[in-house]
Amino acid sequence: MDINIQNLTIDFPTAQGTSQAVRGVSMKIGREKFGIVGESGSGKSLTARSILRLLPDSAIVRADALTFDGIDVMRADESAMRAIRGRRAGLIMQDPKFSLNPVMTAGAQIEEAVRAHTKAGRREAREKAIDLLAQVQIRDPRRVADAYPHELSGGMGQRVMIAMMLAPDPELLIADEPTSALDATVQAEILRLLDNLVSSRGMALVLISHDLPLVSHFCDRVAVMYAGRVVEELKAADLAHAKHGYTRGLLECLPTLSQEKRRLNVMARDPAWLA
Amino acid sequence: MATPRLKALAATAASVPITLFGLVLVTFLIGRVMPIDPVLAIVGDRAPADVVAQVRLELGLDEPLYVQFWIYLGKLVQGDLGRSVMTSHTVVDDIIRFFPATMELATAAIIIAALLGIPIGVLAAVKQGSRIDHVIRVITLAGHSLPIFVLALISLLVFYATLEIAPGPGRQNILFDDMVPTITGLLTVDSLIAGEWEVFWDALAHLVQPAGVLAYFSMAYLARMTRAFMLDTLKGEFIITARAKGLSPARVIWKHAFGNIAVRLITILALAYAGLLEGAVITETVFSWPGLGQYLTISLLNADMNAVLGATLVVGVTYLAFNLLADLLYRLLDPRVR
Repeated sequence: MDINIQNLTIDFPTAQGTSQAVRGVSMKIGREKFGIVGESGSGKSLTARSILRLLPDSAIVRADALTFDGIDVMRADESAMRAIRGRRAGLIMQDPKFSLNPVMTAGAQIEEAVRAHTKAGRREAREKAIDLLAQVQIRDPRRVADAYPHELSGGMGQRVMIAMMLAPDPELLIADEPTSALDATVQAEILRLLDNLVSSRGMALVLISHDLPLVSHFCDRVAVMYAGRVVEELKAADLAHAKHGYTRGLLECLPTLSQEKRRLNVMARDPAWLA
Repeated sequence: MATPRLKALAATAASVPITLFGLVLVTFLIGRVMPIDPVLAIVGDRAPADVVAQVRLELGLDEPLYVQFWIYLGKLVQGDLGRSVMTSHTVVDDIIRFFPATMELATAAIIIAALLGIPIGVLAAVKQGSRIDHVIRVITLAGHSLPIFVLALISLLVFYATLEIAPGPGRQNILFDDMVPTITGLLTVDSLIAGEWEVFWDALAHLVQPAGVLAYFSMAYLARMTRAFMLDTLKGEFIITARAKGLSPARVIWKHAFGNIAVRLITILALAYAGLLEGAVITETVFSWPGLGQYLTISLLNADMNAVLGATLVVGVTYLAFNLLADLLYRLLDPRVR
């Protein structure tokens, strides 16, 4: 499994002309934990979703190359894309309150993911769903399977979401700010869970976040995006030696527990970064 | 979990008698303050003064209004709506005779409307902005803005008078009058029960045109509501989740998106059906359909107040019942309310 993105641009038509959301992004992702960091509107989510071709209908996508394991995502037909979506690559979104279907039970949603890609019967899918719920460390999987999303906490909902996306054993998991909507304590649990599952299954992970230290902690490599471009790509361990002004600025804005109380830095944005 | 739900149900149930009482009161008052003299309707305008006075006394019209209301209410709870001057039957008998025709018409109309309106609403939403969406918009807009009598007359002109493929006004060919025993009052059903196929096909043929005209308006409404609900739902994040799972477009649309609006649609459907039951007056008139709407209109024009009050009450109670039904269905079917 490898992903190759070369010179990806994503435009949206607006009343005033086109707005360029992604402007020439290139990245290669292998079987690794890859982080994409950037602020809101930097194009990180769009870039990741373009791999599954799950962009809004109005998006105009161009790329010199956009391939998933050699499959040309730009030209693949819908059924070829459906063979990738879910089956080979899953997507976890920010808030389970919105990303789970409110009128289907958690179990039914996981069973559906199982049955979409295997020949499992109803009962078999149900057993698999309960097994998956146990794997995401839900203590009472049978009860949760019969619960509707509004009856679950955010952390539980996100576990259901993870279980659902792991159901067909994908090779890649795209996690788009999977913990931003959760409480701080739950965040750590969910990330640890994701990390364990990804490692034990030998999956690739694309973790999208605006939290630079978190991403560098969990990932092997990090791409920093700003205004639709990758401004810097580096090994997570080398983050302290980041060269780009934006990355450095982000790091300098972080409060630490060890230093004396003082005003935090405010990022000074260099217009040259937009070029 | 159960207590607030029971409370809400109890509140809904408690509101029913209050609404019913209000309905009776308002209907009664409107009937009495209208500048129509029910005595004149009975005795005619050439009757001598002492006859007029006597009839007025018999009808209890000399009593104060609240006493009259009390008497009316007392009879009402015994199922007595008085006697119709026009038909000389009791109003209850009349309603039993006329209401099934309206029910048959409205039921056929709502079935046609739902079968057409909901799928085209879904289609318009899925293909938003496309040519087919525009075509559907024009069709539904016409359904909203065209007066029903215009459409009814055009329909009669085209299908009955010109093309001669539809039977004319009325509920059945007079040759078949009283050929099947009345069981449900729905001619299509009764003829099937009796096994009279000829009567059935005749009744069905007579039903199609008025039901189709009536359905057009509900169809337009249902299509527009379905489209709006679907557009809203298709924007949901869980739709992206469903697609990310690798589900087929049909499953994403029908299971995930439509599954989320189905409950809301059932409520709308119930209310649209209630609206058809009461609102078929013009269609019934144009197609000489012997239903409650026609009964109500003719009674009103003949100042037959017992009949008017009775028919209005039936319409009101029907509407109320469907409102309640919609409310209960919503509570029963939506897991978020349940």
